[in-house]
Amino acid sequence: MNAIETQLASKPRNKRYILMTSLLLLLLFLWSLSTINLREIETQGFSVAVNIISGILQPDLELLLTFNQQGVLYLLIETIAIAFLGTIIGAILAIPFAFFSASNVVPAPIAYVTRIALIFIRTVPAIVYGLMFIRVTGPGAFAGVLTMALTSIGMLSKLYVDAIEDLDARILESMTSIGCNTFEKIRFGIIPQLFAMFISIVIYRFDMNLRDAAVLGLVGAGGIGAPLIFAMNAYRWNEVGSLLIGLVILILLVEWISNRVRTKLVRGKV
Amino acid sequence: MYDRIFLPKKITLENGETVYEKRSRIPFIIALLVIATYISIKVTGFELEILLKRWTEFFVIVGQMIPPNWQHLPNIWVPLLDTIKMSLLGSLLGAMVALPVAILASSNIVKNRFIVVLFKFLLSILRTLPTLITALIATFIFGLGTIAGTVAIFLFTLAYVGKLLYEQIENVDMGAFEAMESLGLTKIQAFRYAVFPQVLPNYLSTSLFCFEGNVRYAAILGYVGAGGIGLLLNEGLGWRNYANVGTILFMLVITVFIIENISEHFRKKLM
Repeated sequence: MNAIETQLASKPRNKRYILMTSLLLLLLFLWSLSTINLREIETQGFSVAVNIISGILQPDLELLLTFNQQGVLYLLIETIAIAFLGTIIGAILAIPFAFFSASNVVPAPIAYVTRIALIFIRTVPAIVYGLMFIRVTGPGAFAGVLTMALTSIGMLSKLYVDAIEDLDARILESMTSIGCNTFEKIRFGIIPQLFAMFISIVIYRFDMNLRDAAVLGLVGAGGIGAPLIFAMNAYRWNEVGSLLIGLVILILLVEWISNRVRTKLVRGKV
Repeated sequence: MYDRIFLPKKITLENGETVYEKRSRIPFIIALLVIATYISIKVTGFELEILLKRWTEFFVIVGQMIPPNWQHLPNIWVPLLDTIKMSLLGSLLGAMVALPVAILASSNIVKNRFIVVLFKFLLSILRTLPTLITALIATFIFGLGTIAGTVAIFLFTLAYVGKLLYEQIENVDMGAFEAMESLGLTKIQAFRYAVFPQVLPNYLSTSLFCFEGNVRYAAILGYVGAGGIGLLLNEGLGWRNYANVGTILFMLVITVFIIENISEHFRKKLM
């Protein structure tokens, strides 16, 4: 037996495991197929689709380019403002949650309880929060800001925790050994390690919040979502087209900028 | 540019040499952030006063959700399972279709620039469309029900997994691929044996992660009539029957918790 054959023979044999997993996946697939009921499809679906696409491709240019309270540009600015403020508030609120659920900072039971609380916060749909906040502030962009802040906490603290758990404890130990006090250890030992990661996470979440802003429209919490959904329910596809074009361009632009900033933050160069 | 407006600080060292320290950009960035925050506060009408005075109102609905109405539980099972089926089917199909699309969008496998740019463009457009909007459009085409939700989840998964996958493929070590091509394997064969094993763990892990998120998304989709538990949620909220909403949320949290733990187990195995 030559070298190549021995190498081949030493390949791990996990055929049975792969087979079992594939079989399980196939069963799950077949089980989930039962939800599809082809009789539900409306017969004129195809012509509706053609209508929608042709409407979207002929956007309402007047709406897209005028600048007033109903114009696309104003709605986009409002959406950015909601996402921006919501992300900042969420980013600050998420910090204590993250430290309380990091297993290298607090005892394990506290970390576990905080994690369960976070799953709760994360799973409750934004619509429910929106309704709760509208009781506080009345309908409008303010409620949107608070909803964004609360929904951001879940993911932000989950990603923060990963950064905190990767903290290099040796730096802190050496700082203790040369006589730094707690404040100095936090200022020069912990913040420099976490800052770039945290900012990068926050920018990423800002990206996502812009995209989720459509959800807020459902409950009347401001932004571009509400006009979009009204226009769709009224079958005004030209308007939908111009709103969607604005949103897509904005999201692509923000994503491009945020990717550049995040690469610079994490790797030190563009 | 910035260094020309704020001249670098001049420091004379002990040995007489002069060095320049660039000014920190932090004050500039902080000023920008403060201005942006101020504008946002103006645009959104954010008022701390209202928040401090009326924050107790937030807990009124929470108070009505507790205790949840357990009698509602038998009505929940079917829509809850529908939600899981929707996200499972959508994620599975989406992840499967994402593979060929990602190959067509990676510039190191497909040499035709036009095809690569076209597929990359399609993937970014699909990814930026909010899922809720896709679902709403789907309900107009496929009618109200689970199909619309499945289609929305399918498109989102396709775009998300597709993007991450083509980035992976483009960063792969091409040595093995070229060696196999030079031995006379076709492109597809070379991809199967040289590139696919390198990206497989990450591909599966991304798909699982996407599935996790989709279960949560699927819960909202019912709100626009795309089937699943969102319909019940919408009904409960509409009738202000918050005890029922509490039951639904409780079951949803448990479901998501279980699914997250299963998927995390498999993702750790893949790493």
